[in-house]
Amino acid sequence: MGDVDTAPDAASRAREADAPRNSLVARLGADRPLKLDAGVELAPFQIAYKTYGRLNAERSNAVLICHALTGDHHVASVNPVTGKPGWWETMIGPGKPIDIERYFIICPNVLGGCMGTSGPASTNPKTGQPWGLEFPVITIRDMVRAQAMLLDELKIDTLFAVAGGSMGGMQVLQWAASFPKRVFSALPIACATRHSAQNIAFHEVGRQAVMADPEWRHGRYFAEDASPRRGLAVARMGAHITYLSDAALHRKFGRKFQDRENPTFSFDADFEVESYLRHQGSSFVERFDANSYLYLTRAMDYFDLGADCDGVIANAFRGAETRFCVVSFTSDWLFPTSESRAIVHALNASGARVSFAEIVTDKGHDAFLLEEPELFAIVRGFLDGAAKARGLKNGK
Amino acid sequence: MLSRLKRDLTMAEAARAPGGARVDLLLVADMVVPGSKVLDIGAGDGELLRILGEQRGVDGRGIELSREGVNECVAKGLAVIQGDADTDLADYPDDAFDYVILSQTLQATRRPRVVLEHMLRIGRNAVVSFPNFGHWKIRLQLAFGGHMPRTDNLPYSWWDSPNIHFCTIKDFVVLCDVAGAKMDRAVAFNAWGTPLRFNAPWWFWNLFGEQAVFLLSRRG
Repeated sequence: MGDVDTAPDAASRAREADAPRNSLVARLGADRPLKLDAGVELAPFQIAYKTYGRLNAERSNAVLICHALTGDHHVASVNPVTGKPGWWETMIGPGKPIDIERYFIICPNVLGGCMGTSGPASTNPKTGQPWGLEFPVITIRDMVRAQAMLLDELKIDTLFAVAGGSMGGMQVLQWAASFPKRVFSALPIACATRHSAQNIAFHEVGRQAVMADPEWRHGRYFAEDASPRRGLAVARMGAHITYLSDAALHRKFGRKFQDRENPTFSFDADFEVESYLRHQGSSFVERFDANSYLYLTRAMDYFDLGADCDGVIANAFRGAETRFCVVSFTSDWLFPTSESRAIVHALNASGARVSFAEIVTDKGHDAFLLEEPELFAIVRGFLDGAAKARGLKNGK
Repeated sequence: MLSRLKRDLTMAEAARAPGGARVDLLLVADMVVPGSKVLDIGAGDGELLRILGEQRGVDGRGIELSREGVNECVAKGLAVIQGDADTDLADYPDDAFDYVILSQTLQATRRPRVVLEHMLRIGRNAVVSFPNFGHWKIRLQLAFGGHMPRTDNLPYSWWDSPNIHFCTIKDFVVLCDVAGAKMDRAVAFNAWGTPLRFNAPWWFWNLFGEQAVFLLSRRG
């Protein structure tokens, strides 16, 4: 992992956490605390977000995009940290399935994140130091509560749609359960009503990798001018495998050697797949905070929609008038189709209006971020139908 | 499988009304009170749900077995999920719908009786349309040809047919009795989509009706 050894730029990441570039920031003062599931209040706090398109006069065309574990709010424009295009530009843009000429897109950085919304990398107003492990442990429901407060700030009562994949999909489900009246349509993609034991196990391996790095310093690496880059990179490498599939890895890399004809009989990255993973790990640590990774994985682990209503998930959606479109991918083994089917069963049992499509692909869990024409057709069709029902006008 | 049957029905140029919609679907739609809540089992490419939505203002949901059919329906903005009539109806609560429709699908289910009983439990009404295996053309093929019948509507060889539970109109009436269904309306129509005389006797329907549509409700 040679390139992981470059000097950490902790200061610049800390700056991004407090004063994010190319972002809007909503600051909620001490008078409006965020009540957390952990039983404590967070105040003051801030939410970084991006918007695209225009809010109509009726304020009825807002679409909230919830990002995944390591995503951010730069969903449809260049990411100021990486310089790369927005993570869902295939889906969101002029004339795209989530059409910014028709809808007003809001994408906030998630609570606990490291790109401008309050999280462990942000400055604790009480100490003037980064929160680190002093930051309260948060849940998916806390993230959604924070987003609802942002919408109050923006004076948007009802969302036309909430969409997201993976951890974003969990937030979508939580939105529909917590604020059914504020969600006209919901698009949970590649997610589940609870995090499985296997997924918690994978997360624990990732967290242990971070915490085993001596540079982690019990979460105080900012103050001690250290950075657990190796630990975080290993966590990312492990997690990244779960986002792909055996077939996709084999198609992409097979057993091909990296820039060499023969094995070196060493522990160099002989195989292309090793080199690829190392690159994934090292580029991730350039843009992500290790403590944020701990907090967000924890929030996913705690997610269990059924537990909030005596184990009957259907009760979470009782009486919901929200229109749902659930999507899964055949090769996704992190959030397999069976999990989406459980969502659909619960929605059916509660009488909700639900569509469900499974898309054939070998790209694994990450398929929701990639070029999947069938996914685009389904999202477009679902939103068109919902827009008709909502009385939204077509484009410009 | 179910959608394959429906596609073939379409390809066989099943009788069409002037507007282009299939007559059997229009007859099914005709039995549904406007504005009601409907579940279409075996939604195929969503044609019936589209008709119900556009012409009857129905709040429609669908189940379809084939992935292609489902994805086509969802892309059209219809509320359709991937599922199997034989296994997934058990997940629906009682009285969830005003009508549960099984259009050209009964003969492809593994347990038609259980499916019909679920339909009557989930919906206050059930609408079932099916090809009549007692039609004279079919009887002739079996009686004089000595082979399993094949028609424009039922074009499969016996070994690759999705249709595993054929019945005649007479047989279906027996199933209704066994499953506790009350027959509120019935229509049989010939190959050109013309409904047979309303007051014709059952044997006449059973012989000359190529397809039948029944509106059922729970008895008692």
